[in-house]
Amino acid sequence: MSIAPPYRYIGQSILRREGREKVTGASRYVDDNVIPDCLHGKTIRSTIAKGRIVDISFGEGIPWDEFIIATAKDLPRNVVVLIEQDQPALVEEFVQHKHEPILLLAHKDAGLLEDAARAITITYEEDKSAAFEIGEGSLQKEYLIEEGDIEKTFAECDVVFEEVYRTGAQEHVYIEPNGFVGWWDGDNIHLRGSHQCPYYVHKAVKTAFGLKDDRQVDILQETTGGAFGGKEDFPSTVAIHTALLARKAGRPVRMIYDRAEDMACSTKRHPSETRLRIGCTKDGKLKALDCDFRIDGGAYITLSPVVLSRGILHGSGPYKWEAARLVGKSYATNSPPYGAFRGFGAPQSLFAIESAMSALAEKLGMCPVEFRRKNFLKKGDVLPTGQALEGDPMLDAIVDKGLQMADYWNRAKKIAPIPNRGIGLSVFLHGTGFTGSGEVYLASRVALATRGDGKVEVRVSSTEMGQGTETIFPQIAAEVLGLEVDDVLFVKPQTSKVPNSGPTVASRTCSVVGRLVERAAHDLKGKLNGTPIADYHATHGETLGEAKYQAPPGLYWDDEKYRGSAYGAYSWGINIAEVTIDPVTMHPTVENFWGVYDIGTVINPTLAKGQVEGGIAQGIGWATCENVVLEEGAMINTHMTNYIIPTTMDAPPIMVDFIENPYEYGGFGSKGVGEIPMDGPGPAVLNAVSMALRRPLNKIPIIAEELLDD
Amino acid sequence: MTEPIRLKLNGKEVDLHSHPMTPLLHALRNEELSPGTKYGCGEGECGACTVLLNGDAVMSCMVPLCQAEGAEVETVEGLCIDGELHPLQEAFICEGGAQCGICTPGMLMSALYFLRQPEKAPGGVREALEGNLCRCTGYTRIYQSVERAIGEAAGK
Ligand code: FES
Ligand code: FES
Repeated sequence: MSIAPPYRYIGQSILRREGREKVTGASRYVDDNVIPDCLHGKTIRSTIAKGRIVDISFGEGIPWDEFIIATAKDLPRNVVVLIEQDQPALVEEFVQHKHEPILLLAHKDAGLLEDAARAITITYEEDKSAAFEIGEGSLQKEYLIEEGDIEKTFAECDVVFEEVYRTGAQEHVYIEPNGFVGWWDGDNIHLRGSHQCPYYVHKAVKTAFGLKDDRQVDILQETTGGAFGGKEDFPSTVAIHTALLARKAGRPVRMIYDRAEDMACSTKRHPSETRLRIGCTKDGKLKALDCDFRIDGGAYITLSPVVLSRGILHGSGPYKWEAARLVGKSYATNSPPYGAFRGFGAPQSLFAIESAMSALAEKLGMCPVEFRRKNFLKKGDVLPTGQALEGDPMLDAIVDKGLQMADYWNRAKKIAPIPNRGIGLSVFLHGTGFTGSGEVYLASRVALATRGDGKVEVRVSSTEMGQGTETIFPQIAAEVLGLEVDDVLFVKPQTSKVPNSGPTVASRTCSVVGRLVERAAHDLKGKLNGTPIADYHATHGETLGEAKYQAPPGLYWDDEKYRGSAYGAYSWGINIAEVTIDPVTMHPTVENFWGVYDIGTVINPTLAKGQVEGGIAQGIGWATCENVVLEEGAMINTHMTNYIIPTTMDAPPIMVDFIENPYEYGGFGSKGVGEIPMDGPGPAVLNAVSMALRRPLNKIPIIAEELLDD
Repeated sequence: MTEPIRLKLNGKEVDLHSHPMTPLLHALRNEELSPGTKYGCGEGECGACTVLLNGDAVMSCMVPLCQAEGAEVETVEGLCIDGELHPLQEAFICEGGAQCGICTPGMLMSALYFLRQPEKAPGGVREALEGNLCRCTGYTRIYQSVERAIGEAAGK
């Protein structure tokens, strides 16, 4: 069951399917919904990090009887379900972080709503035991990976290197803030909004309202402003709030966040702290790794355990170790919960190992390229979890191509003697799809459906948010079915209309779900047996091609022991950054940036490169200008004026290329692409800045004022 | 009730009924005249709301409606005439200049301004788009899109 190259559509830069709507302004985002008789919703939030609500008073001069006011008591089950059920949708009595939602207001006049919000006074009994630093609060989750005799191996090492690496929080700054509109018809709720994972929202809303039947909840994804993980878990809360107000009001409600509210309250990348101890021989053979990886989880569990898990699973980098011990700990604090952000823990742990590799090379007096090369994983090598690599990582080829693209040797030689100039690199990997047995539990399903006009519909809950889902799935289906790409339509994800192909996260869409689309297309092809679609449809009615996830043979993960094959496939890459430091302000500027990646088969080169370039710019931002300033655990620089993401003047020229090393069980050989771009820029930039300053740094974002102080 | 404010939107006279101090962005959006013009920050930082006001690129969230009285306002909806895409729009599709698309209308309007008056941005396309944030693309493909449109204009 496979279609062999040469392909008609795979590997072609088919133009973005929804491109015309996007460039004409015709695309409808949630805020573009015009719903008659709709109320505006508003969230009233805590102003303290921890404590008890003593009193809520409604001030004078506001016609309160015109307002819809909802509290936790109005919800059948006050919970936002995700992995655990510890997060309430609204505070009942005890506040756990700043900006925690306490009550909801709705009114038809948005201006009056703001006045009303200001007239509410909440009195608290503050609890001074709030925790704001990693390690201060309780442990949320802990993982351990151990392979080989760690202390014995360290004892055999000539050189032992130790360092602590830190990374800051990062705000997604999707240009479209969060929002939902919703209304009830009888006992059924309809919600449309900006989100990545329709079925996450579905489950959260169904649970909070105690609804029995899946069909009572219909979640539609409007055109969504990318997202990058920021609209993975957070939208469930917005959806519950919208639905609650709509139910009390008996009318449609819209809840659209403004920028400051979105930045203050929404999830961010987990801050991290990694203690590394690395042992090697004097000629640069790595032997032992001791990695203690800690993250700040925030006030509720949300996704922190899985972020932590992906973090330690990537913490050993693309290297072979004789012995390794990786401990991961996620700590509760009284910060708003941290959540999914492109890379999901891996950028944090890879930052540590890849910064350490360059610092250690320097210590050994070795070239950072050759030191890495000496230790690269090869086919058949065993990862610390016990997984033997089935595919060939081809790291030498990837590195060669990257070095050549950047003209690395000449450039490095030229830059080396110049003060305040540096060049740095990083080599990294990223696991495709959900971690461990995640994909098995998800049991994703997709369907392709025939239509009377001879076209085929792709029905998936995988969403488009800029990365290209709406284009690549039709490419895949058309390739198998021998149709024109234009004859394969992508149905807007809506839970009443599409099966659950899982969330749009974890670099899984193209590879894991794409594979299901490929298989469903084969299923349909078999049914059609050569009959044209329109004819078949006329005789048999709507006919489905279907597929459900099956783990690739031999892929097994033991949840209890936390061992086995964490991912079916890994993508690999190299990044090279060239920087200049302003000698007066110490401000680092990234001048040029190169990346070469193996993401398996590249289904659509323009879309893939675009996604990678954008991820690189985000990674550069995380390393340089994006500084989340926290006060009592919450972000205070909640404006685009004081939280700076790269502008056209900051983002360097970014050069990207691929090496295609197909994965047998990914859609047409593809592997994960969405997150790996975020993995390399942090350490590559740090290593370049360290070279420019002639001293090793250990923390991002690199803040110029701090460099001045040192 | 205050008098409506009349302006020319994409070549057509329209009356707006919002309060004269309402930001032009919200007036255009709330009155369903330009849903394509986007809100990203409301404080002049992201450029998603960029429109042309008497030919100048402005952040419409920073301009009170009354200031647009009698003016010519151009928005993304005015780019495509009789179903025919503007070369910039064509280029953004071909080169991958739009991903999630939320910044695209503003980008297109800033790019249009640059196309008409390249001398206003001697530093070229990077400088011309300095006020427009995009979180998806890293800008590379946006530059390529604008350059392609410029190339096509020169070729014609
Ligand atoms: S909305 Fe006007 S600049 Fe951001
Ligand atoms: S395309 Fe998404 S913000 Fe620019």
